[in-house]
Amino acid sequence: MTDIHTSDVIISGGGLVGQTLALALAAHGLSSCIIDPADPAKVIAPDFDGRASAIASASYKMLDAIGVAERLAGKGCDIRKIWVSDGLKPGELDFTAADDDGPLGTMYENRDLRIALRDAVAESDRIALHMPARAVTTTRGPHGVEVTLDDGARIAAPLLIAAEGRRSPTRDAAGFHMANWSYDHSAIIGGIAHELPHDSVAYEIFYPAGPFALLPLPDLADGRHRSAFVWSVARADAAGLLKLGTRGFTRELEKRMGGLLGNVTMIAPRMAYPLGFHHSAKITGERLALVGDAAHGIHPIAGQGLNLGLRDVAALTEVLVDGARLGLDLGDAQLMDRYERWRGLDSLSVSVATDVLTRLFGIRGKAASAVRRFGLGAVQATPPLKSLFMSEARGESGDLPKLLTGMTV
Amino acid sequence: MTSIVPAEAEHFGSLAADWWDPKGSSAMLHRLNPVRLRYIREAIDHHWGIDDTERHPLAGRSALDVGCGAGLLAEPLARLGASVTGVDAAPENIDAARVHAAGQGLTIDYRSGDLASLNLRRFDLVTSMEVIEHVADPAAFVQALADRLAPGGLMVLSTPNRTTASKLLLVEAAERLGQVPRGTHDWDKFVRPEELTAMLEDAGLIVGDLRGLVPMPGRGFVLGDNHAINYLLTARYR
Repeated sequence: MTDIHTSDVIISGGGLVGQTLALALAAHGLSSCIIDPADPAKVIAPDFDGRASAIASASYKMLDAIGVAERLAGKGCDIRKIWVSDGLKPGELDFTAADDDGPLGTMYENRDLRIALRDAVAESDRIALHMPARAVTTTRGPHGVEVTLDDGARIAAPLLIAAEGRRSPTRDAAGFHMANWSYDHSAIIGGIAHELPHDSVAYEIFYPAGPFALLPLPDLADGRHRSAFVWSVARADAAGLLKLGTRGFTRELEKRMGGLLGNVTMIAPRMAYPLGFHHSAKITGERLALVGDAAHGIHPIAGQGLNLGLRDVAALTEVLVDGARLGLDLGDAQLMDRYERWRGLDSLSVSVATDVLTRLFGIRGKAASAVRRFGLGAVQATPPLKSLFMSEARGESGDLPKLLTGMTV
Repeated sequence: MTSIVPAEAEHFGSLAADWWDPKGSSAMLHRLNPVRLRYIREAIDHHWGIDDTERHPLAGRSALDVGCGAGLLAEPLARLGASVTGVDAAPENIDAARVHAAGQGLTIDYRSGDLASLNLRRFDLVTSMEVIEHVADPAAFVQALADRLAPGGLMVLSTPNRTTASKLLLVEAAERLGQVPRGTHDWDKFVRPEELTAMLEDAGLIVGDLRGLVPMPGRGFVLGDNHAINYLLTARYR
């Protein structure tokens, strides 16, 4: 029988959210053990995850506070303005950051985020990474959690955190009820080079078939301008669009863009992701907490998916660090309750708001279009509503965990 | 640990399980625990000038928890680095506490019996939470606590106040609604802050900080200036 390796928490899932959580805990002296079945070389290969993420400024402040932001220097593109419109008709709504405010968010390629996190995790002496590794048995008992891995290693901690993504096996095994429905849409994502500069503007254009977003990225080494696109289409249409030749696809893309950025060249492989909305009715159980997509996943039109997960990280870190400094068992039910109260409702409200937005913009017809245009105009004319949207985009609304203000706990 | 026959160990195991069940008969104590631990932590940091981010503020220090039950406070004190002694009048509580600490991998010196008759050394930190309202002679109890406090040490006590509000809330409402086991509290034995302060002064101590603990709808218990329901205080040598 091998020795048991003990840490403060076991994190199942070493993706963006799981690694950020381990680093946030490490920054406060708490140790973790990450388990992930993926091959560490594959997850940072160029064709593994072609997505780009909008890191809200609150999320960025946390990455800065835990020492990750410096590893991302020069890799991001600030979003200075979010331009929202109903199709390409007039009545557009723009959210612009005031000059003295920070950016509304910063765009990064997921691959760059993964590399920065991997390097930071490798340098931390408070994080043990078991990757690739699978849990053979997981026991959550009255005194703690014990996991046996497929290589025979045994690890123990007072708390298990599932950061396993939307198909979280730990969550499903725990029998948590899921509220979910599929949008019957897929997002086609990819990277483009374009003729005109994006001027740090993110475009969200709502078409009846689904929203179309252009997200600014840093210029390429050869000086060409670059953006990522997220194009929601009916699931039935996605396969056909993926099969189109590059020229045909580019033409379809340019139609949606209406010449906003001039001529377009594809520079990254297209990929399709099914879109859905899901929310776990509970995000904690006995010695178990869910973070990120394991707890809740939302439509990416508002760019909030990863930020929601990072808010989970900030809140759970604060709960656990506070608990450790009070000498509490880190799996204590009072700590789980605090995290549940903090993140259960907040993430649901963002999920529901995003879902309503998607459905509103998914209705066809002239009347619906008029409602949407009127709705957008109304938001534009109502400063408090607009600043609420702005602070939601920045990730600053709700009861803020300290890490999201850039302070450690 | 005294030798325990298996059937007894099982009994104390289930007793410990009930004590430690956050939804069991000690649910109210579990909800109170983070708040009173926060108070104790602030008192420790203030008394010894420790940074509030330190994970083991009691490293190298000794702590005594009197009326420890199954160890709801003793275990956190041990995790904060103290070498902890827990005392409880009820032997079954002490056995339950030992079973639970062993499961947690914590080393805590648990003793059953009456504090004054146990021949204990002096401790840097002495705590006794929600106990003085249950003892026969509060002044003698306070003296026995003071006798176990080391020079330069810190004492932290908590107890319900004797007010109309506490009678309505703690005795009538909480016990009738099943929030607290029936018969837990005898309101006439509750001690007012000024009475406890006088007892501590008679024992050669002075009160440092006095803080109220009140239930807030939807937020659990919060610390504040209202002492009418329950209060915590710190004491040290004059």
